[in-house]
Amino acid sequence: MPITKSELIDHVADKLRLPKARAEQIVDTIFDSMVAALKQGDGIEIRGFGSFTVREYKGYEGRNPRTGEAVKVQQKRLPFFKVGKELRERVNDGRRGDKPAESTP
Amino acid sequence: MTKADIIENVYEKVGGFSKKEAAEIVETVFDTIKETLERGEKIKISGFGNFVVRDKNARVGRNPQTGEEITISARRVLTFKPSQVLKNALNT
Repeated sequence: MPITKSELIDHVADKLRLPKARAEQIVDTIFDSMVAALKQGDGIEIRGFGSFTVREYKGYEGRNPRTGEAVKVQQKRLPFFKVGKELRERVNDGRRGDKPAESTP
Repeated sequence: MTKADIIENVYEKVGGFSKKEAAEIVETVFDTIKETLERGEKIKISGFGNFVVRDKNARVGRNPQTGEEITISARRVLTFKPSQVLKNALNT
């Protein structure tokens, strides 16, 4: 079952014995500050979790695969996540546990 | 940006606790995320993106340097899919 931000907030509130509104402020502040950093083009490094970097992609002449029509793809910036060693190992070890995760398409 | 910067932000913007407490709180948030992913569950953070755990089957790969064939074992991996909101934020 996927968990959403509001469920994450519930878990955090339970663990820290904080009112839900307060846990919500905390979780929102964490993600807002991460978005702000990425927006400035800064990378984020969270030890034990992973790192986020912003990758720049040049614009190019693409093609609509259905119609074959040429389209201009604008240059863009995309966030890229690289999982940290600890989390990568923990996730992989979890495979030996209970139920299967989503399978690869 | 590092975890220390995130802690500083929480300390300043949320307020009401010490820096040490802010550090513990931020740690708890990331621990909770990690525990969830470790169980193989995905996390959807609206306005940010989805962290998705996927099971990969074993496959035959190749050492790009030597051209030698090797079996890449079955594994479970974590991927991040940024939300449209985040993608837009980076391009405005």
